[in-house]
Amino acid sequence: MSTRRGLVLDVERSTPPILFHHGEGFRFEKLPVGSRVVYPNEPLDAIADVDRAIHEALHNPLGDSEPLPALMKPGMKLTIAFDDISLPLPQMQAPDIRGRIIEQVLDIAAAAGVDDVHLIAALALHRRMTEDELRHAVGDRVYDAFAPHGQLYNFDAEDPEGLTHLGTTDHGEEVVISTRAVESDLVVYVNINLVSMDGGHKSVATGLSGYTALRHHHNVHTMRHSRSFMDQEKSELHTKNWRQGRLIRDAGLKVFQIETTLNNDTFPRPWHFLQKREWEMTPRDRALLLGTTKFLDRVPRRTARTLMQNIRAPYGLTSIQAGEVEAVHKVTTENVYRQHLVPVQGQTDVLTMGLPYLGPYNVNSIMNPILVACLGLGYFFNLYRGKPLVREGGVLIMTHPTPWEFHPVHHPSYIDFFEEVLADTTDPEVIERTYERRYAEDEWYRHLYRTSYAYHGVHPFYMWYWCAHALEHLGQVIVVGGDPRSVKRLGFRSASTLNDALEIAVDVVGTQPTITHIHNPPVLMADVT
Amino acid sequence: MNDPNRRPAIRHLGPKRAKASVTKVVRRAEFPLRAAPTPKGLSPLPSRVGANYDTDWARRYPARMARKVALATIGKGIVRYYARPDIRGLDRLHDLEGAAIFAANHQSHADTPVIITSVPEPWRSKLVVGAAADYFFGNQYSAALSALFIGAIPIERTSINRNTIEKAVNLLRGGWSMVIYPEGGRSPDGWGQEFRPGAAFLAKQAGVPVVPVHIRGTFNILRKGRNWPTRSASVVNFGRPIHFTEDDNNRTFTRRLQQAVESLADETATGNWFAARQRAHAQVSPGIAGPDGAAWRRRWALTAPRESSGTSKRRWPYV
Repeated sequence: MSTRRGLVLDVERSTPPILFHHGEGFRFEKLPVGSRVVYPNEPLDAIADVDRAIHEALHNPLGDSEPLPALMKPGMKLTIAFDDISLPLPQMQAPDIRGRIIEQVLDIAAAAGVDDVHLIAALALHRRMTEDELRHAVGDRVYDAFAPHGQLYNFDAEDPEGLTHLGTTDHGEEVVISTRAVESDLVVYVNINLVSMDGGHKSVATGLSGYTALRHHHNVHTMRHSRSFMDQEKSELHTKNWRQGRLIRDAGLKVFQIETTLNNDTFPRPWHFLQKREWEMTPRDRALLLGTTKFLDRVPRRTARTLMQNIRAPYGLTSIQAGEVEAVHKVTTENVYRQHLVPVQGQTDVLTMGLPYLGPYNVNSIMNPILVACLGLGYFFNLYRGKPLVREGGVLIMTHPTPWEFHPVHHPSYIDFFEEVLADTTDPEVIERTYERRYAEDEWYRHLYRTSYAYHGVHPFYMWYWCAHALEHLGQVIVVGGDPRSVKRLGFRSASTLNDALEIAVDVVGTQPTITHIHNPPVLMADVT
Repeated sequence: MNDPNRRPAIRHLGPKRAKASVTKVVRRAEFPLRAAPTPKGLSPLPSRVGANYDTDWARRYPARMARKVALATIGKGIVRYYARPDIRGLDRLHDLEGAAIFAANHQSHADTPVIITSVPEPWRSKLVVGAAADYFFGNQYSAALSALFIGAIPIERTSINRNTIEKAVNLLRGGWSMVIYPEGGRSPDGWGQEFRPGAAFLAKQAGVPVVPVHIRGTFNILRKGRNWPTRSASVVNFGRPIHFTEDDNNRTFTRRLQQAVESLADETATGNWFAARQRAHAQVSPGIAGPDGAAWRRRWALTAPRESSGTSKRRWPYV
């Protein structure tokens, strides 16, 4: 069965209220006549025989690479790195594709007599994964075989002995990656490429790296010159990662890259209605939607959060390719685009979006106001190719409760960033210049990152830099239904309803603005011409 | 607490309240309380009801057991109460093996419960009923109830739907028997209608015999246009299975099937099997279509008092 492509719906009088995500809840918003709603593509058909597809990919690599079995030698050092908890979103239903791939890689290693194997969760400056999360990602069989012997662990970007300085690119970017990876005869990196930014040289150059190297591309200048960072052709972030990755390759590190793409099948039953277009919802879907909305509105936020965070996506594998990094990533990107790209004609004055409960950095956690900003202005805003969906000087309206709430274990430095830095200024350049280094080198944050489950001290800065392009591009940002105190601290305007927000936007875009809403998730990327 | 001495407020002096109206509330309801219309220029999703309804679940073990229990208890009780069926001709099925199509005339909604409680084992345990997709499978609830309690499968009666036909053929090949009404719908006036070639097509494709069945007396129970049943005695007469031969085509086989049912109708009406067979061979059996003429005359002929047979004579003299 062929998959239906996404569409741009022109809102008429008879168009129903549109479903907006609103954190751990939903809103129904009647958009003005003449607005546009961009709907994502439906899930592509999934590969039926996943194990066979993995086998084929490992034995028939792309680019200048031998098949994986030919790369395995007795007595060699093998490192298998894999993406951390930030991918995919939501977490996928067991068995996780990473585990299925790693099992086959280990089978090949076992057959070749490889004993020295380490598995590393490539989390860069993200929080460490818990045992449950690691088990979910790699599977019990792999976890039980390696974790008790210290051969399966989270990457530590602050371990002075665990990092090796490989050199500096011709643009002055330092390259520092995991010592274990450098000392390995082969690094196998297992990716989940949920969006087009993921994978490629970024996997090793970022995932197995630390602050010293990351600061060269995780900064305001790079973000402002990445238009967008989801579009490799125009992404400064991509360019810098590629330079670092090529240096790693030229330094002699052999990387066997495995990349996977997933379809848009994001919500399992009974949440399946969240994938449907409003007019295609059955009475059962509508009853569930209404019941769920009312229920989530009434229960404590903590309960709603637990409920939503337990959603496991029934993602289907749409492609897997392995081999040389750049050749693999080229094919992967095409497959990601095949699922995500939706053509849109022209920009808009006002862009609206409903922000869901989940972003890459609050899995099993709380979406604090900084992450709300990052999800809206960083990720959703940048999901475009060509030019931004909203015109320069336009208005972005997003719905989210934006509670003044932080996870004290996962996001300790966020709390201080919000209380200290954003209270002073919201200008990314000033923030970078004035505060970044202090947070990045703070011993307490460093200690929490290494021993607890905290994001690195510098991580909230990166979240803010992620918004830098949007902040520079937009005339105004309005949050509907958010906590006014949090919204104000972020430097945005708050509104109670969408109509109020549109009224506020009039000051910036005039009385007859064009309005476009992106119906995301499931993920879509606007191909704006 | 209410004070019994307190006088009721003078209503017309209070603030006026808008009159509550169900219609107003319903009209104001928007998505998701009511379904959203499909936007112009977009095609709606293919329907999951009607001919596309998936009835596989109703043939799995739990559903079959539920159906069996329901038919053996409630179903049979209701049929006995309303229809008191007199089942005849089961001896003609003695040599029948495997799946078969039971093709009956169709007078009333009571036909299906009557026939599925009359079909003997082993066919009753693996029996599906070809039901009008537009009527019985019009929405999820009626589709589920029809599939569960009568083992219905959707059959398009206004157009040819390859999926429904393939499904029916596969079921027949898989050993499931089927009840089908070749007339395509209930009789509007009690007389039969011309048979359509659906049964012939299925018999040919699946390679199974067709058992002609004549049902009499159910028109009065739940005829077209009536919502509540009334009691009436009925007769179910099974004929000898007919096989689709090399000399047959859909048209000739359908004719043969209709003649067989007409012969059964004659047999039921006269109570004389041999005379009915003679008329059938001479091709002078009274047809099921009834006389030509105005509606009242057809009805008149249908309700004319029948000749009383010898067995119904009073055996004892009035005292």
